[in-house]
Amino acid sequence: MPLSLDDVTRIAQLARLEISDAEAQQVLVQLQAIFALIEELQSVDTRDIEPMSHAQDVSLRLREDRVTEADQHELFQSLAPQVQAGLYLVPKVVE
Amino acid sequence: MIDASLSELAQALAQKQISSVELTQLFIDRAQRFNPELNAFVTLDPEASLAEAAAADQRIASGQAQALTGIPVAIKDIFLTRGWLTTCASKILSNFVAPYDAHVVEKLRGAGAVNLGKTNMDEFAMGSSSETSHYGPVRNPWDRDAVPGGSSGGSAAAVAARLAPAALGTDTGGSIRQPAALCGVSGLKPTYGAVSRYGMVAFASSLDQCGPMAKSAADLAVLLTAVAGFDARDSTSLERPSEDYGRDLERSIAGLRIGLPREFFGEGLAPDVGRVVQAAVAEYQRLGCRLVELSLPQTRLSVPAYYVLAPAEASSNLARFDGVRYGYRAAQYTDLRDMYMKTRAQGFGAEVKRRILIGTYVLSHGYYDAYYLQAQKVRRLIAVDFAEAFKRCDVIMGPTAPTTAFKLGTKTADPVQMYLNDIYTVPAPLAGIPALSIPCGFGDADLPVGLQVMGNYFQEARMLNVAHQYQRTTDWHLRVPDRFD
Repeated sequence: MPLSLDDVTRIAQLARLEISDAEAQQVLVQLQAIFALIEELQSVDTRDIEPMSHAQDVSLRLREDRVTEADQHELFQSLAPQVQAGLYLVPKVVE
Repeated sequence: MIDASLSELAQALAQKQISSVELTQLFIDRAQRFNPELNAFVTLDPEASLAEAAAADQRIASGQAQALTGIPVAIKDIFLTRGWLTTCASKILSNFVAPYDAHVVEKLRGAGAVNLGKTNMDEFAMGSSSETSHYGPVRNPWDRDAVPGGSSGGSAAAVAARLAPAALGTDTGGSIRQPAALCGVSGLKPTYGAVSRYGMVAFASSLDQCGPMAKSAADLAVLLTAVAGFDARDSTSLERPSEDYGRDLERSIAGLRIGLPREFFGEGLAPDVGRVVQAAVAEYQRLGCRLVELSLPQTRLSVPAYYVLAPAEASSNLARFDGVRYGYRAAQYTDLRDMYMKTRAQGFGAEVKRRILIGTYVLSHGYYDAYYLQAQKVRRLIAVDFAEAFKRCDVIMGPTAPTTAFKLGTKTADPVQMYLNDIYTVPAPLAGIPALSIPCGFGDADLPVGLQVMGNYFQEARMLNVAHQYQRTTDWHLRVPDRFD
């Protein structure tokens, strides 16, 4: 499945990565090489094989629905680029 | 002191031959002296380290020392360390001071170990050379024009140059084992789920594991014992009884069956590495082990599978870096979307962006089945290969890396060339099995070669025993590059 320049710009949009035309061109060449490597996966028949997410056959642990965490929002928000009145500030989203 | 083992250091501290403050100062001095030429550390904070050392001295004096109390340990900059900058060697976290400790850091603090400093790495652990760091590449103590391997290159270089007695690293596709091999030190990736990932910045969640890096298998056992164990805050942490990973070090290995996969000794392996590893295997035969030839048929698909799964998981994990709650935010942007686009374009390096793009693509509508699902099925086949192999052998051995340390800048132009460094290390994380690397000699140009030992799930104690018995009769692991002697 050869990658096109349109694919690169589309994926970059999805990944929220701004990319110039020149960069997209460069990345396209590199990604094509990487996808040539990945194509090898198609050479094996996996019809009856169960996909494996990770090694151990465990399921998500459940816990009691109780409040156990302390409120540390001041500490955590002290790291934010822009905060006001306990809210994270970002450019206006809703017109 | 700089060559002392962890137990020798503990003894020296207990017998008051040296204090933790003196010991920590010794390593801080070395780290500061040699960091300009190795770039192994992103952050050193002597004041903070010495304060921890002073507290450790008090603890030792009151008779409450544990195995690591008062001993400085270098910590890969991917682990959150409260009050310290934690950058993941990325511009996007270059201003991020961690508000809490990773679980493994909590364990080290609880044991009274001293944080010596945060080590340099490939950005977000994506790399095999420690060249993608925002803070510049790490250099190999054995040849400063060569890479130390990656992504835990800073930790490996620090131990190799005796700037730290031990270090923590992370391994997703080989990032502990490969730099350990290229730098002539020992490193271990535990069974998936054995060590908590809480507070360890996520790259590929189903593959990432924290592990120890040190001068010997005995030291790996001490560090692993200190940090392993169940943690409810990591949803993939396994509930198992706690282990002393050094309990079997002195066990006899006579009759041990060593599996040698033919795919690990074929095309792609540099002749000098092959020779040195074969010599190490011959040494094991002399120690009474039996060699078993076997095949891991899906080996050739492990790199493609890894480079679908890891980037896919990374694309999801790195979505959180958007300039809203922490880290770098672009200085100028028009709207929210533009803020995300510019923050991430400016904050991430080229390799990270490449992997996010790969990951986004393989997870996208229309491609998920052909790529991601297929890779997960191949992953199952790889795990089955190992399960079959372990019916016929106790451990599997082979080279850790296909070559010795390559020169800086020689593989950065072609990502695929870089990815092929991982051929022997990616199978273990895909299957979730433990694997370690120990030094076993030198190749051409006097560069270190690593021997990889892989074991079945939860076989770390046995693997460390196997490694230790080799280190009892050889001295590769004691070698130090002349400059750092």
